[in-house]
Amino acid sequence: MERFDAIVVGGGPAGCASAYVMAKAGLNVLLFERGKFAGAKNMWGGAFFGPQLNELIPEFWKEAPVERFVTRHVLSFMAENGSTSLDFKSTRFCAAPYNGFILLRAKFDGWMAQKVEQAGAIVAAGMRVDDLLFQEGRVSGVKVGDEEFPSDIVILADGVNSLLAKKAGLRSDFLPEDMKQGVKEVIELPRETIEQRFNLVNDEGAAIEFVGTCTRGLPGGGFLYTNKNSLSLGLVIELGSLVKSKLKASDLLEEFKHHPDISRLIEGGRTVEYSAHLIPCSGLAMMPKLATGGALVTGDAAALLLGTGLILEGANFAIASGMAAAQTALEAKEKNDFSAGSLSRYEQLLKESFVLQDLNTFRGAPAFLKNRRIYELYPELAFEIFEAIFQSDGMPRKGTLQVVKEIIKRRTSMISIVSDLWKARKAI
Amino acid sequence: MESEEGHLKIEEKLALNKYDQDSEAHITVSKEICTACDQKPCIYACPAECFAFREEHLSFAHEGCLECGSCRIICPKGAIQWAYPRGGFGICYQYG
Repeated sequence: MERFDAIVVGGGPAGCASAYVMAKAGLNVLLFERGKFAGAKNMWGGAFFGPQLNELIPEFWKEAPVERFVTRHVLSFMAENGSTSLDFKSTRFCAAPYNGFILLRAKFDGWMAQKVEQAGAIVAAGMRVDDLLFQEGRVSGVKVGDEEFPSDIVILADGVNSLLAKKAGLRSDFLPEDMKQGVKEVIELPRETIEQRFNLVNDEGAAIEFVGTCTRGLPGGGFLYTNKNSLSLGLVIELGSLVKSKLKASDLLEEFKHHPDISRLIEGGRTVEYSAHLIPCSGLAMMPKLATGGALVTGDAAALLLGTGLILEGANFAIASGMAAAQTALEAKEKNDFSAGSLSRYEQLLKESFVLQDLNTFRGAPAFLKNRRIYELYPELAFEIFEAIFQSDGMPRKGTLQVVKEIIKRRTSMISIVSDLWKARKAI
Repeated sequence: MESEEGHLKIEEKLALNKYDQDSEAHITVSKEICTACDQKPCIYACPAECFAFREEHLSFAHEGCLECGSCRIICPKGAIQWAYPRGGFGICYQYG
């Protein structure tokens, strides 16, 4: 049996990034992917930030299967009878190095895995890693069926459900309260229709986030991303609340599609795929142990994901953690020391990078984002205020501040708004 | 394809997906525990609606599973034996 320097489990952004770095540095790397091809099991909303991948593969957008560049961000507060939106466009985001990239995972992960192979690693797709090998209390390889694959180090990039991180003693199961369930439809539309509807030209793309009635007031939100010839439309909802409310994400997605704001955007479109995934959303509070003798855990498997309410950033963190894991493995190889102590360097590297610094800066965000008023009350409040301001009812007008005060008084109290704003100031 | 009022039913949605079905189920549920369960959170947690309660029995079909893992963490009774499908089997996203 050939012995590998490193085995990577999972061909997503974290696994591919780590395998790529290690293979490029000359290590003998084997990457296992349980899907028929890398990307076959993966879905996301649709957009990610590019700097980290640009560091790994400079000017990746010239060859990666990018659908569109995000040049327009919309945040929309959805109320029962309408919506209030903030629409941001940047001409600077249309030029290299760009900022946000809209991609589809089945193609993107496949492309990353190709880069990994070109760097000299072996990518074994259609292979499910069933177990870990242990020697003297340390992880010493993996098992696929009855076949054993020994290695100096195992990088666990096997996603949010990481059964292997559990077997390695690094984590326990994530709780429903810490998870959001994402559901999505890819809806095909002609390219020109998309560009007209979303006011885009060439490769420009829109990323639209929705807060409010689309989740029936449950923590979470809706999203819509423009691909080249399709739209990615979906919802992200806290799993614990969803189940407690006896609601199904699949029903809420249908409801969302029929909201007047959405139905006109997807009109004439044809759904071509329905997908779902879990997202670990409690940041540092749910982060497992990152290293043990012979193994490191990366990306979603380690809950390395940032949710601030305005952004949900996972792939960038996955790539950064994969790269840090690879660097740790390279240093360990140099010293020929794969003990837990030696591999604790991984956490140090993450602390030096934006990964753990951002999670620390926004450590209050996950708890803050559980506040139901964000989803139930504020979108309605914004709608009522603007409706009152824009409406003419033939009566003498009241001052704008007076209108705002009266509506706030009717729906809630100034004190609770100030209190929520105070918490927001600290959390996000 | 679309049902009334343009609402897509879950089985219509799942039929759009590409699966490489394994005859062997990767998830099994305990009929006894599930029938006695007073909460049945799996029914709401599963985005593919693989769990259904019919005639006082919980029925589970693995074919439409999207492998998200929601049922695994939502079940309070330990009634679900959960694994990923064998390598190469199960959902095969074409878009993702």
